[in-house]
Amino acid sequence: MLFLDTLLIGLSSGAIYALMALALVLVWRSTRVVNFAQAGQAILSTYLGYEVMSVTHNYWVSIPFAILGGAAIAAFVDAVIMRSLAKRSHKGSVSEIAPVIATLGLLGLIRSLTGMIWGNAYLQYTSPLSSKGYTIGSHTIPFSPLNLVIVVGALFVMGVFAAIFKFTNLGLALRAASFQPEISRLAGIRVDRIRTVGWAFAGAAGAVAGALVTPTTYLSPNSLDLLLVSGFVAAVIGGLDSLIGAVLGGLLLGVGFAFILQYIGTSVTFSAAFIILILVLFVRPRGILGSKVGRRDA
Amino acid sequence: MSALVVSNLSISHGAISAVKDLSFTIEKGQLAAIIGSNGAGKTTLLRALSGLIPASHGTATWQGKSLLGVKPEDLVRSGIVHVSEGKSVIPELNVKENLALGGIWRKDKKDVALATEEVLELFPRLRERLQQSADTLSGGERQMLAIGRALIARPQLLLLDEPSLGLAPLIIEQIFEAINKLRHRLDLTVLLVEQNAMSALKIADIGIIINVGSLVASGPSQELLADANLRAAYLGY
Repeated sequence: MLFLDTLLIGLSSGAIYALMALALVLVWRSTRVVNFAQAGQAILSTYLGYEVMSVTHNYWVSIPFAILGGAAIAAFVDAVIMRSLAKRSHKGSVSEIAPVIATLGLLGLIRSLTGMIWGNAYLQYTSPLSSKGYTIGSHTIPFSPLNLVIVVGALFVMGVFAAIFKFTNLGLALRAASFQPEISRLAGIRVDRIRTVGWAFAGAAGAVAGALVTPTTYLSPNSLDLLLVSGFVAAVIGGLDSLIGAVLGGLLLGVGFAFILQYIGTSVTFSAAFIILILVLFVRPRGILGSKVGRRDA
Repeated sequence: MSALVVSNLSISHGAISAVKDLSFTIEKGQLAAIIGSNGAGKTTLLRALSGLIPASHGTATWQGKSLLGVKPEDLVRSGIVHVSEGKSVIPELNVKENLALGGIWRKDKKDVALATEEVLELFPRLRERLQQSADTLSGGERQMLAIGRALIARPQLLLLDEPSLGLAPLIIEQIFEAINKLRHRLDLTVLLVEQNAMSALKIADIGIIINVGSLVASGPSQELLADANLRAAYLGY
């Protein structure tokens, strides 16, 4: 029973890591930038959800607003900041690192902005769902309706993305533009715009992660920072390039975490993420689903 | 008036000038071969004509409209399609998806389907491999795929960069034969950049020989082929 319980706890938190990893991978694939600002963007969209909820008093109504807000914020960050940065920088190592530094700066900026607007208090963004575990027979499992919505919601978002990527022209354009930007332009794809769409998708995924996970804890300007670390580790475990890898990486990390906490103890909480990362990279340096060859950059 | 007019075109990479004061014209429906050795500026010329890089001086017009300063994705929409050097396919996508890219921006989906069917009839090998990743294709098949994708955009002006690169002689012959057949059937204007002077001039109407970025000679390809001095110095046989 303990084993199954631990697995369930792991899957629920793993689903959230997977969403965050998905957001990071979507941006990495489309622009080769590790977007540290993702945690800030997700916080901003979650505050937006919080505001909508304080008006409508309905958690479910607030979620679409948070998602659209997250997509819009991400599109803005790419179209206004990243694109002009890319245009101004010349080729070379600086041009590769500058956007990453910019996302770090942006994370700090968003965090202090949210602090100025909402203060640093712990706010409650609550879901109407019970966080009490289901009872099967006489045993109460550590898996609540809230956890169920998290897992189903995360899987749903991943399914939607997978379908878009696999079956639509937009998805084809997104993949083509991330693999070979120049050939894509010659085929008539407006690569700049497509990249912004990729960022918007990432923003939406991050927003879902924020809106789903916050009811299990609290809302403050830096309440998603640890999630960024877990999401990043999950993305790297999954190979950084692969959407399926991000999902598997997230679930693996969540389950791994749960077992370490259960059987080793809380003292290793934070190091656990990195222990798992190192172990996976030892066995598979490219990550679980990383591509064999390094892809050429644009 | 000629369809493609390039006059006094110069293109530089930083301090190095890759194309110097180049002028030539091509009539509608003609196939022009641009011949030159490695580093002659051929690829640079095509990249500037398709909007990938800026020119530093001069003009280039297609049917009276300037090509310079227009983005490649917009040029494609006005019928100017560039098949870049080195079998321009996306290896991570399968054959079907690579072909679909050619018509991805087009509104007339019926005609995209028709054009795709024409390409598959022209290159039956591609039909057999529709679900295969482009990575698994041979060099010749990749070139067929790259040209096929370009055709689905329904081009008027086709810019082909070294389609023979790295291919076996027999395959080169097939590809050139296909290009020749196509341009007559579709009334295409083709600018074919080649190191393989002999094969290119055989199907071309006119030849333009360039060396380190400057024009050496131009004229009907039969005349260029007959010129003993050019043959010895630039055509390499």
